[in-house]
Amino acid sequence: MAIVSALQNQLIQLQLFEEYSWIFNLLFYVIFVVFIFYGQRIQMYVMLREVEGSLYKLKYIKDEGRKIAIETIKEIGKPQTDPTGRVDRFLEYFTIAPQSLDPAGVVWKLEHILDVRDVRFKDEVKLMAPAADETQAYNLENTLEAAMALNYIYKIIRHFYLLGKKTLSLYIIMQIQMILPLIMREAEAYASALKAFAYGQPIGDGAGALVAAKLMYGYETRKMPKDCVVATVPIEGRTAFVIKAEGPGGNVGKIGDAVKAIIDENEGKIAAIIMIDAAMKLEGEEVGEVAEGVGAAIGGPGVDQFKIEESILKYRIPINAVIVREDIGDAVSPMRKEIFDSADKAIDRIKQVILERTKEGDKVIIAGVGNSIGIGQ
Amino acid sequence: MSKTPQNATTRISTFVLLIIFLTLALSLTALILATTFFGQDNKIIAGYLLLIGFIGVALSTYVLFQIRKRVLRLRIELPPIVTTIECRKCGFKIVREFQRGDYIFKKGELCQKCNENMLITAIYREVKEKEKTAP
Repeated sequence: MAIVSALQNQLIQLQLFEEYSWIFNLLFYVIFVVFIFYGQRIQMYVMLREVEGSLYKLKYIKDEGRKIAIETIKEIGKPQTDPTGRVDRFLEYFTIAPQSLDPAGVVWKLEHILDVRDVRFKDEVKLMAPAADETQAYNLENTLEAAMALNYIYKIIRHFYLLGKKTLSLYIIMQIQMILPLIMREAEAYASALKAFAYGQPIGDGAGALVAAKLMYGYETRKMPKDCVVATVPIEGRTAFVIKAEGPGGNVGKIGDAVKAIIDENEGKIAAIIMIDAAMKLEGEEVGEVAEGVGAAIGGPGVDQFKIEESILKYRIPINAVIVREDIGDAVSPMRKEIFDSADKAIDRIKQVILERTKEGDKVIIAGVGNSIGIGQ
Repeated sequence: MSKTPQNATTRISTFVLLIIFLTLALSLTALILATTFFGQDNKIIAGYLLLIGFIGVALSTYVLFQIRKRVLRLRIELPPIVTTIECRKCGFKIVREFQRGDYIFKKGELCQKCNENMLITAIYREVKEKEKTAP
């Protein structure tokens, strides 16, 4: 009897459900219609929300960057007045690239603009941090540049976010949402670079400078134009002119000028040039992997590469490149162990190139390219 | 920077938290009521309350975890940087945390064994790589 009454109860419940099933049907059709007409808009709002989340993170990183820069200036520079206003003004600095409608001579124009920028930055740092010594001033300049980069990234993303919100254009929102993971990686890399610059820790980009420093350690160095040092080192019976940016302050130097000066000093009698630099790795490649090739391995705006290429063309000097693979995050954050260990592998590769490509008694130039922060000589 | 951020960007609204905890409390009440109705053999109401209770608990805990994740996402973890100081004469080695002013090839403190000037030979950070899935 109990089973029968339970079954009857179940039947009543089912009938109740059938009675209200039209509600579920209606709900289904409403959702269907809403998605047909507003699907794209919903997708857009989801994307906007995603960009907004990243924007919050960027704002946090940018604010931290500004805070670290101000704290470091106060700690090291011992300024008389509060440097906050000056730092805020510095973060908004911009550089206008030269006009390239007539490309002839654009490299020299670009070099001049970069020189003016460099002088201006150094002067600003001097005013902000009068008690900082040369090394600390270089590090402060790098710290401020990293904070500046973060400020710029934040502003660009905010611009597209607000523009997308204002115009409700799917394409504006979509393009920023699609490249967002890459931008966030870069921003996070700059965030870790801030501390490295503030404390003067070696960064991944300094792989080339580290190789040069290891080669020249123990030998007498002399200053070269501009902000570079050179040491004459005997390697495998050859005379090697080892060049790097002067450390341990955060500085990349003008390797192009230094290479040109050494070539001119030796009247072009250079058997080979070997350049060592950190280079972008592809996903799947190992960090710190050493690879070899030809060409001027040097990044930046291209002025130094142009100068080196001009000099080697004049005397037909063969140029070789040894690179240490790393990604953007590794390049600007404190040096990873893998990159540090790769310096010895790069030295072995350089020796191998010297043995294979030059004769005993030849002169070679070895240029370690990269930021010398935290790397002496 | 490795500390939990405490600025306006990361602050969780008390109003949101209040709503979450209110929903959680109501959902738990619904679950308790559901068991009471089951006891009274009122299975339809009990079933509905059970459904509402579970959905409420699931939603509020999900939102809570999402908020926590957002705060954690903002943390920038920096692994410790180590400095290796070596005695070139006797090979004695010290590995310690990086200190401001350290740089590679800086002449450091005196060797504890042979009283020679030691040299900073390495400054780096160690990163634990996640397992790669690509062939």
